[in-house]
Amino acid sequence: MFDKEKLAKIKQDQANWNENKVEKTLSKFPERRKKFVTGSNQEVKRLYSPADVDGLDYDNDLGYPGEYPFTRGVQPTMYRGRFWTMRQYAGFATAEESNKRYKYLLEQGQTGLSVAFDLPTQIGYDSNHPLSEGEVGKVGVAIDSLKDMEILFEGIPLDKVSTSMTINAPASVLLAMYIAVAEKQGVSSDQLRGTIQNDILKEYIARGTYIFPTGPSMRLITDIFEYCSTEVPNWNTISISGYHIREAGSSAIQEVAFTLANGIAYVEAAIKAGLDVDTFAPRLSFFFNAHNDLLEEVAKFRAARRLWAKIMKERFNAKSPKSMQLKFHTQTGGSTLTAQQPDNNIVRVAIQTLAAVLGGTQSLHTNSKDEALALPTEDSVRVALRTQQIVAYESGVAETIDPLAGSYYIESLTDTIEKGAMEYINKIDTLGGSAEAIEKGFIQKEIMDSSYEYQKQVESNDRIVVGMNKFQVKEESPKGLLRVDPVVGELQKQKINQLKSERDNQLIEEKLNKLREVAQGTENLMPYILDAVRAYGTLGEICGVLREVFGEYQQSVIL
Amino acid sequence: MARPIRVLVAKPGLDGHDRGAKVIARALRDAGMEVIYTGLRQTPEQIVAAALQEDVDVVALSILSGAHNHLLPKVVDLLKKENVYDEMLVLGGGVIPDEDIPGLKESGLAEIFTPGTPTQVTIDFIKENLKRGL
Repeated sequence: MFDKEKLAKIKQDQANWNENKVEKTLSKFPERRKKFVTGSNQEVKRLYSPADVDGLDYDNDLGYPGEYPFTRGVQPTMYRGRFWTMRQYAGFATAEESNKRYKYLLEQGQTGLSVAFDLPTQIGYDSNHPLSEGEVGKVGVAIDSLKDMEILFEGIPLDKVSTSMTINAPASVLLAMYIAVAEKQGVSSDQLRGTIQNDILKEYIARGTYIFPTGPSMRLITDIFEYCSTEVPNWNTISISGYHIREAGSSAIQEVAFTLANGIAYVEAAIKAGLDVDTFAPRLSFFFNAHNDLLEEVAKFRAARRLWAKIMKERFNAKSPKSMQLKFHTQTGGSTLTAQQPDNNIVRVAIQTLAAVLGGTQSLHTNSKDEALALPTEDSVRVALRTQQIVAYESGVAETIDPLAGSYYIESLTDTIEKGAMEYINKIDTLGGSAEAIEKGFIQKEIMDSSYEYQKQVESNDRIVVGMNKFQVKEESPKGLLRVDPVVGELQKQKINQLKSERDNQLIEEKLNKLREVAQGTENLMPYILDAVRAYGTLGEICGVLREVFGEYQQSVIL
Repeated sequence: MARPIRVLVAKPGLDGHDRGAKVIARALRDAGMEVIYTGLRQTPEQIVAAALQEDVDVVALSILSGAHNHLLPKVVDLLKKENVYDEMLVLGGGVIPDEDIPGLKESGLAEIFTPGTPTQVTIDFIKENLKRGL
């Protein structure tokens, strides 16, 4: 950005400043710490200047919004066109209860739905399975069959909303249910907009709701890519997630690295299955975390965009610019919230919201202040949504695109994160790719090391968490937390029994047998799953057949 | 010479949040204890079988799924059935509302550690409350 002569002068001036001003000040007033680091332990210098970005080439490294390498954003007008989608992740208890919460959120000005499923649903068990005891409806809504899904979206026109579903191992089944509900509403599948998470690799790494071994899991994913490319063309078929990797304790660099490495694995699997990169890559989407270190997080989002664009263009020879755009959803960092003085969490979420918006997110979930304690109440969800609305309508940061670009610190940090992530990706390549690196425990071990390091910093008060290890107060137990009525489990069991007495059980038998046969071969599974769903086969029955054929994933325990 | 304290860190329930379990496992190990970590999705029966097989002094249960009231007392009951509850200290940790803690203690858990607890607090608690002499 500066010519050689000018740069040399700046470097000289800076050295002089250091010697004459800084050293003198330091001798009288030492700094607060010997070494300053970011939220994920990158060293931070006292001052950044043109000398720190002397290699920056505006056209190649930054460019323009909506153009390669998309560092400054994926759309030409960004939030001047429309704000990001404000999408609160919600779901608990029964489909009836969750349906009420969705309608409430839509009335409050939310612009998209985001469905949280309970753990039995995420692991492919019906509510009456022995392992579901005590878990039904706890961390999300319980869905056992198309019947529940019909209730979940009752009165919500599926051609008008976009819906994100946090579902991975059984993603095909839940997507099939969504398509079937739409059919009943008279909405064809090509009108559906939304996202399924469908990212199994990060389940093995960090989130834990896997079912099948790697091979069959990758097949289910590529089957979805293929099916949706013609039948549900506006659907985001995967949300490649760094969120949970970060929550598990990774650094910002590791979050970018491991997420994009997983992305590479999915692209390779789809190409290997015979798909053309430009038919499925535009429907890939990403999901990142936003933590408290505002500037590091902004740099992280920018670095992720630039790196993915290069990978798609150079490694996979994508031709369509849409294949090179890293579009992402953000959620504020759950692990940054404290159980102590929960009101302080509102402020943390506001900072993280700024990070996501300054980083150019396409949609955002803001956590509620009480989430270190329980599921959020309606009141605390409203404050979380208002936080987004205040940033959108009052802060002014959405009025121009990528406003922090050109900051010496931001650009230098963007480079650092991109380089650090690329080094990890190279290392993962030498291990044989993401799936292999997970199998060997490499990725889990790296995350574990970061997470333990962070814990030690907090416990030695080297890292301050306000209200937790400094500025504590004596507190009463919080009142009015949301509790899920244990009767939900019984209700779901009754619903399954009733369903099984009403439906055509012989038809189900046929559909499940057909599914078993196809699973043993190589044909695309989606149409057969959809058939079983339409006949009111339960999630547990469908996943049960696939478990029989595919077997189950065995976790490698890494400490 | 006293043998090291042996701890089983286990994750009952279906949730995959194992950051806390792994951090505590490492911290206990760094404090000189022998730690066995079960991995995810363990049934109470599996946990008790592991506790017996490994002959541990402490069973530390981490759960964030909300199913704690259902699953944690079950582990205690099974340990009692196997006649080892009097030798093993049973602890819980995770996102557990304060109002659930008295009930869990009544059912036989020695202590519940909630978010933000320094690992040293857990280490000290174990050393002070072991049921079996080393």
